[in-house]
Amino acid sequence: MTTPLLQVQGLSKHFPVGGRGLLGKPRAWLEAVSEVSFNLERGQSLGLVGESGCGKSTTARTIIGLHPSTAGSVKLDGAELTGLSRKAWLPHRRRMQMIFQDPYGSLDPRQTVASILAEPLAIHGLAKPRERKLRALALLDAVGLNPRHVNRYPHEFSGGQRQRIGIARALALEPDILICDEPVSALDVSIQAQIINLLKDLQDRFELAYLFIAHDLAVVRHLCDEVCVMYLGRIVERASRTDLFEAPQHPYTRALLSAVPLADPELEAQRRRIVLEGDVPSPTNPPTGCAFHPRCADRERVPGGKCSSERPKLEPREGERVNACHLERAANEAS
Amino acid sequence: MGIVLDVRDLAVRFDTHGGSLRAVDGVSFRLKAGETLGLVGESGSGKSVTNLALLGLIPSPPGAIESGTVMFDGRDLLKLPTSELRKLRGNRISMIFQDPMTSLNPLLTVGRQLGEVLEVHQGMSRREASKRAAKGLGDVGIPAPEERLEAYPHELSGGMRQRVMIAMALLCDPEVLIADEPTTALDVTIQAQILELLADLQQRRGTAIIMITHDLGVVAGMADRVNVMYAGRVVESAPVRPLFRSPAHPYTRALLASIPRLAASTDEDLAAIPGSPPDLADLPPGCAFGPRCTRVRDECRAAAPPLVELDGDAARRAACIDSDVLHTESPSSAEGPR
Repeated sequence: MTTPLLQVQGLSKHFPVGGRGLLGKPRAWLEAVSEVSFNLERGQSLGLVGESGCGKSTTARTIIGLHPSTAGSVKLDGAELTGLSRKAWLPHRRRMQMIFQDPYGSLDPRQTVASILAEPLAIHGLAKPRERKLRALALLDAVGLNPRHVNRYPHEFSGGQRQRIGIARALALEPDILICDEPVSALDVSIQAQIINLLKDLQDRFELAYLFIAHDLAVVRHLCDEVCVMYLGRIVERASRTDLFEAPQHPYTRALLSAVPLADPELEAQRRRIVLEGDVPSPTNPPTGCAFHPRCADRERVPGGKCSSERPKLEPREGERVNACHLERAANEAS
Repeated sequence: MGIVLDVRDLAVRFDTHGGSLRAVDGVSFRLKAGETLGLVGESGSGKSVTNLALLGLIPSPPGAIESGTVMFDGRDLLKLPTSELRKLRGNRISMIFQDPMTSLNPLLTVGRQLGEVLEVHQGMSRREASKRAAKGLGDVGIPAPEERLEAYPHELSGGMRQRVMIAMALLCDPEVLIADEPTTALDVTIQAQILELLADLQQRRGTAIIMITHDLGVVAGMADRVNVMYAGRVVESAPVRPLFRSPAHPYTRALLASIPRLAASTDEDLAAIPGSPPDLADLPPGCAFGPRCTRVRDECRAAAPPLVELDGDAARRAACIDSDVLHTESPSSAEGPR
């Protein structure tokens, strides 16, 4: 078997909260991400979905080294990335770039587009100053912007165009992996499709792998090959997009999918919605057992109160999929 | 059903540094008792400004109402003095905003904020008001409402805060509820709770709702009728099912074709709309959607087409010279798979 491009194994990120106690130990830990594992292959897209606070952004930021990890391993082409010094990180970072949600906040308003696009090349010492300008022009062309606008400032562009600049900047270093954190959710509806098409087109042209974080599940279905559903810092289900969207197994995935309003009044009138009770619990004080059990409509179907006492393991099920649910485990064993 | 709100030819102008612009340009609609009217559009389409204008909440300067009437209970809201409007706002016409954190006062307990509404509008005593406020919180599904009266907004989750906003908006049993992106800041499972709650309350009380949103899914599930807005104008108005089944304006049609669908896996490109929404201070001549429209012709650039009834369908209106053709052909045959 070949080595996966990106291999995440048991990754955890816990933040100290509530100040420090008498002996300098943190009073409490916020378990933002726990034991997250997945592989990402060249040219493939993996979606990370879940509600706010589920740890999807923290997972991405820990992978790319913006947060030091608490435990686990992240391998890029087999090379371990966790625990590396800043300097040792630099050559790897070139291969993994990030696109952010807010095209207004993630570009320096005082830099021209030319300088925004040349900066990563300069930091990595990749091209001579003269060549950098040419690279910038080619990048603008690749993301569908007019190369003649290379000397303009970010405020002279619309939101959609700014997101294109952010994508061009991420592409400047010819990365293998793009981490996209809600890349279209701040854009107007009529602009979103343009950016989604652009991302797909770039993926085909440059064989990019995407780690795609979004709360809009329709966008994820459109763009991703495989999807991980996260709840309170853990992956609860992972499956191919067709399996996940057509036959969701984990009760949380099912509730999440049924909660998404469909842009079709006739389908909306027919469907039966699973409305979850209550809110997502606090990650500083997660429920015992399965973190989802207080909101789960199926917990009564598992005998012996197992859902509140024992955390279900993420286990393989029939087909190429995994999930963490006592009920699914029983169903899988019975079949 | 009776008409509770009748908006005619509303126009709102803003004088900005970039020049004078018309944020709302000749908007007319009627709201019937007990119905939900969806107002769909992108940023800058005028959907929020329309509703701020109804309530006399346009800051002046830079804003000014240029024309129009808003009839409610036999009176024109645009001509009412502020003191009279205050008696209506939060009482007979209420509003819920997108962000409950900024629309609740962080220094007052939930009980005080709700109680104040009842003291002002219904002249209740503090004790009566507090009792009624607890009932209001219970009605929107907040557990242990008496205890929650003592809570400050920051102690509640986003979904709970939005429930408090809804409870506050409904305290005086309004005839009209204006909900401006009420679930946009919330997660989908919480959004489902809030939308279900609104639908349920509406059914029990017969409140008419104006639902402002950019989310076509929310509209599909909630609205009875929909007005689609673009660059300050209503470009299409129709009952919800016909609108989604056979959109009669190229913008509506393009918008529906451009969104990814949850119900199908496809590797085909989305049918993106080229360009971006226009700058209101610098609108193209004629139809504002013209520069992005696949059917644009010289006539479109000559004058903006008026919103007119479709041939043989009095319930539907659209502002496009091709509307009668568009609504009879199915969008799937013209625009590829939905």
